[in-house]
Amino acid sequence: MRLLDKLTHPHDTQAQAWRLDFPVLSTRVHGKPLVYLDNAATTQKPQAVMEVEAKYYREYNANVHRGIHALSQLATDAFEAARSKVQHLINASSADEIVFVRGTTEAINLVAQSYGRSHLKAGDEIILSGMEHHSNIVPWQMVCQQTGATLHIVPINDWGELEMDAFDALLNERTKLVAVTHVSNSLGTINPVADIIARAHARNVPVLLDGAQSIAHLPVDVQALDCDFYAFSGHKLYGPTGIGVLYGKAALLDAMPPYQGGGDMIRSVSFEVTTYNALPAKFEAGTPNIAGAIGLGAAVDYVTAIGFDALVAHEQALLDYATPLVSEIPGLRIIGTAREKIGVLSFVLEGMHPHDIGTILDREGVAVRTGHHCNMPLMERYGVPGTARASFALYNTRQEVDALMAAIHKAKEVFRP
Amino acid sequence: MSDLRDLYQETVFDHYRRPRNYGVLADANRKAEGYNPLCGDKVTLYLKVEDGVIRDASFEGAGCAIATASASLMTESLKGKREEEAMQLLEDVRRMVTGGEKAEGKLQVLAGVHEFPERVKCATLPWHTMKAALENVGQPVSTQ
Repeated sequence: MRLLDKLTHPHDTQAQAWRLDFPVLSTRVHGKPLVYLDNAATTQKPQAVMEVEAKYYREYNANVHRGIHALSQLATDAFEAARSKVQHLINASSADEIVFVRGTTEAINLVAQSYGRSHLKAGDEIILSGMEHHSNIVPWQMVCQQTGATLHIVPINDWGELEMDAFDALLNERTKLVAVTHVSNSLGTINPVADIIARAHARNVPVLLDGAQSIAHLPVDVQALDCDFYAFSGHKLYGPTGIGVLYGKAALLDAMPPYQGGGDMIRSVSFEVTTYNALPAKFEAGTPNIAGAIGLGAAVDYVTAIGFDALVAHEQALLDYATPLVSEIPGLRIIGTAREKIGVLSFVLEGMHPHDIGTILDREGVAVRTGHHCNMPLMERYGVPGTARASFALYNTRQEVDALMAAIHKAKEVFRP
Repeated sequence: MSDLRDLYQETVFDHYRRPRNYGVLADANRKAEGYNPLCGDKVTLYLKVEDGVIRDASFEGAGCAIATASASLMTESLKGKREEEAMQLLEDVRRMVTGGEKAEGKLQVLAGVHEFPERVKCATLPWHTMKAALENVGQPVSTQ
């Protein structure tokens, strides 16, 4: 454990205990303690998750579903147990509604190509929001090009909230799908998704939620939300990269044609005719990321043990601590000031490009992300080339927020006119 | 450990705050756009080339201190250069910012970039754009 420069802030005791689970957090960068505030890009992994993945490879690595020997049975059990853990995390009614994919991006592409192509025709409309990540824009652009459907964008106000009146005005008899982010990766805005879903369902329009930024920072109940699709990535939830989940209501997934063809998603194959497997296998062609899924299961166990009440309270407290401190800095403008936010702070500094802010912060050991955060339309709307973004996770502390402040002041000093 | 002062030298700040040759070049006969999609640096370069010599150069754009300073210093150094000399300068600058080798005159202030590898693309963006302008490449240049 590294020496602390200052006394632990009294409210950080819990987070300090959680930090011990994450070995990388004791790394030093450029001779300074790492202050990792880039969690919206990816989260760090607890030892337990790494150990579970390593143990799979060390003790029972085998291919799943098709084997008859002992190791393949163990691997299959662990893989399916992970699916069940995800089902319970998001309260899906059946494990068959949990499809393992590579990540949020692949999940959305799956829905766009499988559901979208088979349901959309020229003149149909898809509603997105002005704060979407490219992964919840481009797949829809592609399917619109293929089908002749069109995209319609819900504008956002200056605080970074969806204009719900505009959403109502966009919903019409030609709307066939709404795809919206649960939480914005740049702004931190928590969208009123239950309301959006209710309004869309009143017109029989299904809703896909991009859950990449909500899965680790809010309790998600897909039945309570009644969303039709929910997509997230394991690596945003303290789990491995290369694994993600598409949740879809069984009736919808059942009616959708397969996305990728290959082994495992079939019932029988001949050169004359091939029949497809049942859910969720129909959408899991080829050997999956077995280790990744099992690791994701361990990540689900980890956050479930902490509990979302504690998690959410901690991160909200960090945001409440950081926001006024950051707001006080002269020449600094926070981008994203919605009333309901998770712990994401994007900002711009007068006279300084986000790149330059990022380099100086990096040299102070503070890791933030700078640029457009895969939100080019959003940056355009705010008239900025990009932002510097600090994003919190369960292992961040007030002490680290203090380090961020000091680093921002240092950046301002370097660029003093 | 590399010092920020190696990267953010006085001259770099000067060219960032008061970029030279900033604006549209009215009688330009070469133009190219450069864009770094990873982060959002954008530069539009205007050149007036006559008899194989770059008579005038200017640029516009929104970028970080390194990209802006590099573009500003570049336009100063390009004036009066033959096209082949300009391409050689590009090579010199590329070697300087990736390996710390020497480059001519004031361009040397960008040498510190080689200790900040994540900023190399900021420094080279205007130069790749210059190459596109000379070669009259249609599409905007990217540092991908």
